[in-house]
Amino acid sequence: MLTALLFMLGLGATCGLMLSVASKVFYVYEDPRIAEVESFMAAANCAGCGYTGCSAAAVAVVAGEAPPSVCVVADAEAAANIAAVMGVDPGTAEPLLSYNTCTGGDRAADKYYYMGINSCQALATLYGGKHECPVGCLGLGDCVRACVFDALKIGPHGYPVVDEMKCVGCGACEKVCPKDIMEIKTMSQKLLHLNQYDDRIAPCQQTCPAEIDIPRYICQIKNGDYEGAVNTIRERNPLMLSCGRVCPHPCEDKCRRGIEDEAVSINQLKRFVADYEMNSGRHLPVSVAPSTGKKVAVIGGGPAGLSCAFFLRRLGHDVTIFDAMPKLGGMIRYGIPEYRLPKEVLAWETDGILNIGIEHKPNVMLGRDFDIGSLVASGYDAVFLGIGAWKDYTLGVEGENLGGCYTGIIFLTNFALWQQEDGARDRQPFVGNKCVVIGGGNTAIDCVRTLIRLGAEEVSIVYRRTRKEMPANEVEIVAAEHEGVKFTFLAAPTRVIGDEEGNVTGLEYLKMELGEPDASGRRRPVPIEGSETIMEIDMLITAIGQGPDVFFKDESKRLDKDLNLTRWDTIDCEDPVALQSSIPYIFTGGDSATGADLVVSAIGAGRRAARSIHLYITGEEITPPDKTLFTNNIPVSIFDSVEGIEKSARTKMPELPVEDRIKSFVEADLVISEEEALYESDRCLQCCLTCYNKDVA
Amino acid sequence: MSEMGYFSIIISTIFVNNILLAKFLGQCPFLGTSKKMETAVGMAMAVIFVLVLAGSITWVIYHLFLVPFDLVYLRTIAFILVIASLVQFVELFLKKSIPALYAGLGIFLPLITTNCAVLGACVINIDEELGFMKSLVSSFGFAVGFGVALILFAGVRERITLARVPKPLQDTSIGLVTAGIIALAFFSFKGMV
Repeated sequence: MLTALLFMLGLGATCGLMLSVASKVFYVYEDPRIAEVESFMAAANCAGCGYTGCSAAAVAVVAGEAPPSVCVVADAEAAANIAAVMGVDPGTAEPLLSYNTCTGGDRAADKYYYMGINSCQALATLYGGKHECPVGCLGLGDCVRACVFDALKIGPHGYPVVDEMKCVGCGACEKVCPKDIMEIKTMSQKLLHLNQYDDRIAPCQQTCPAEIDIPRYICQIKNGDYEGAVNTIRERNPLMLSCGRVCPHPCEDKCRRGIEDEAVSINQLKRFVADYEMNSGRHLPVSVAPSTGKKVAVIGGGPAGLSCAFFLRRLGHDVTIFDAMPKLGGMIRYGIPEYRLPKEVLAWETDGILNIGIEHKPNVMLGRDFDIGSLVASGYDAVFLGIGAWKDYTLGVEGENLGGCYTGIIFLTNFALWQQEDGARDRQPFVGNKCVVIGGGNTAIDCVRTLIRLGAEEVSIVYRRTRKEMPANEVEIVAAEHEGVKFTFLAAPTRVIGDEEGNVTGLEYLKMELGEPDASGRRRPVPIEGSETIMEIDMLITAIGQGPDVFFKDESKRLDKDLNLTRWDTIDCEDPVALQSSIPYIFTGGDSATGADLVVSAIGAGRRAARSIHLYITGEEITPPDKTLFTNNIPVSIFDSVEGIEKSARTKMPELPVEDRIKSFVEADLVISEEEALYESDRCLQCCLTCYNKDVA
Repeated sequence: MSEMGYFSIIISTIFVNNILLAKFLGQCPFLGTSKKMETAVGMAMAVIFVLVLAGSITWVIYHLFLVPFDLVYLRTIAFILVIASLVQFVELFLKKSIPALYAGLGIFLPLITTNCAVLGACVINIDEELGFMKSLVSSFGFAVGFGVALILFAGVRERITLARVPKPLQDTSIGLVTAGIIALAFFSFKGMV
């Protein structure tokens, strides 16, 4: 017995001694911070962070390989404590969240029938899965099983639904998904995403120049989650009140319901939720990434500049908007008349944008008050040039500078300033009795509808092609017709006639006929010899298109000289997605890059430029991914016919009666009611790439 | 087994007397680390490493201390203590001297501290009255057998995800059924040596 005791004692002592000696001899210096960092972790050893256990994660944090927020179980306070140990700023990491990018689910048509498979991984290995849709969710829930936080479940429609409260962004679902449907992203990464060929997106979202997730916000409206819808739109478009009023909604042209029925009134729904937010009187909070300390100058406070500034701010950069006009909005404030976009509404919208922490310097003009060189000198890391297209093209005919002759932008801007600025009250714009506006675009329509409201007796449009070729929005043309505007088609002005005092008295034009189609696909008008006609007028506005005013380039003595322009005076950028100019730190977008275009295109360009600027100032590659969709459609998602549609009437846009609206500048188009919005949102087929909800089974 | 040649010992320990499938020792890591091939390989490597060391050191303890002092009945407790200390020691040693190997075996080393396959193999070596060299070879064979069975089993389990398994049988249940079938297959080695 004694021997046994002594033996065990001896053995224990030897082992203990050996280990203690070994721990001395084989001592490896371990940073004391590792233990400290580990003490703040959740000690769950869940491996959710991707490291084998908490101590491995702590080692990675101390080695600088993992951020202080690496622990997916511990809360923000723990991350702050860990950051304090490491002596870094805890705020550098944004929370990651899992997103499911497929909303097809059960609706997807089956291509194969498999028996006995219960994992997506297996299903994908065999001929890519059961669905016709090549990129859609397989619905067997590998992601659900991979999630150790119980944050995922297969929803009622056969695709995973993420519980954002439970999701910690560990990435297990993303790793396990064979179809790359689950994506782990920060809000910044979401804001930077450009539509791609392999995205699971509906035709409307592909077509929208701002790439708004339309089916998602319509679904949110349908579920009564108006604030959610506002937030969804705001991930792509900060000017939803304005867009909801003036956007010609190219998305609706590609609406799948529109193939068999009337398209969903998408823009009315956008306006409905945007107005809902405004009427609630409170700007919904907008998430902004932790500050990066980088400074960006945005020149021009129009839609492109506002959009670029908004997204750069949301990405955490410090943004200053330099604008030549007294108030923000650019062309949508000084070009679009009050009756289409009330300036009170616009002011509410721009206030909301400035509220997230953007600085605004009004009344400063590039080339007059500052130049690019001075911005660089004052520490800006990049510049966005969103100077718009404010310079009217001229007719190039005799007499167009006579008294009573104006260009469209000058007329509209002077009028807007007179209407909006106390200081400009004495500069009432001249209004003739017999007014003619030359041109067929939206600017021309804005001019005639403004003139009607200002009490001009006779207002007409002279356009060298026919109504069908007019580039203006159809609704605008119809409204102008209702309000009593006369149209003279197939007429090309050749001379402006004036009296002895230099005032305009008449317009001579040649009658035209349509010939062969030209490069733009429109039939080219050909003059008829000897058909000169004289029209008696006392006011003439030319609105035949506009380009950027690049006078700053001549004024500048410094860097701005290297800025390349195209022959249309737009800023030359090789890639319309990257929007980087010939000077690497100068980016552009909107009308100044493309010539006069839609508001929503400028908003999309603003976001693309913000993406490029973000990548530029964080030292990353700007080149957009090869699969970038940009204005194209994904062929597989465009149908010729759609089955299972039951015709239903599209909600009509309420508008003021003509006799009321031509007397004032009160907003002519009204917002739809909540009931109508719910009805209209229900008409949406909730399309994904190829799936959609059928009305009839 | 003591009269067998080295080759026979290796065949016997890997196939005929496979520690997992014939002796049914170490079932816990067998089921626990066999869901993924990657972990199965890591575990197999760690077991080979530790078992060879443990086999030799327990042989020395047994024949130099326990037998002369007539303390054979303390065998189990002494072996547990020795193996546990050994693993700890090896971990410390590797961390300092061969960090690359430490990183590879990583979390599997401490898991083996309480692995009954290691203890079982050592005890079998003693029971079979093997000499030191033979005991070393036998330990290596048992460890390789463990690895072979574990890796085979992990391969099968990865494939099982492709199959439709009735709900009550999913996961560990089907794992045990499969292990049983593989064990039956290994029975066919019986009588080879």
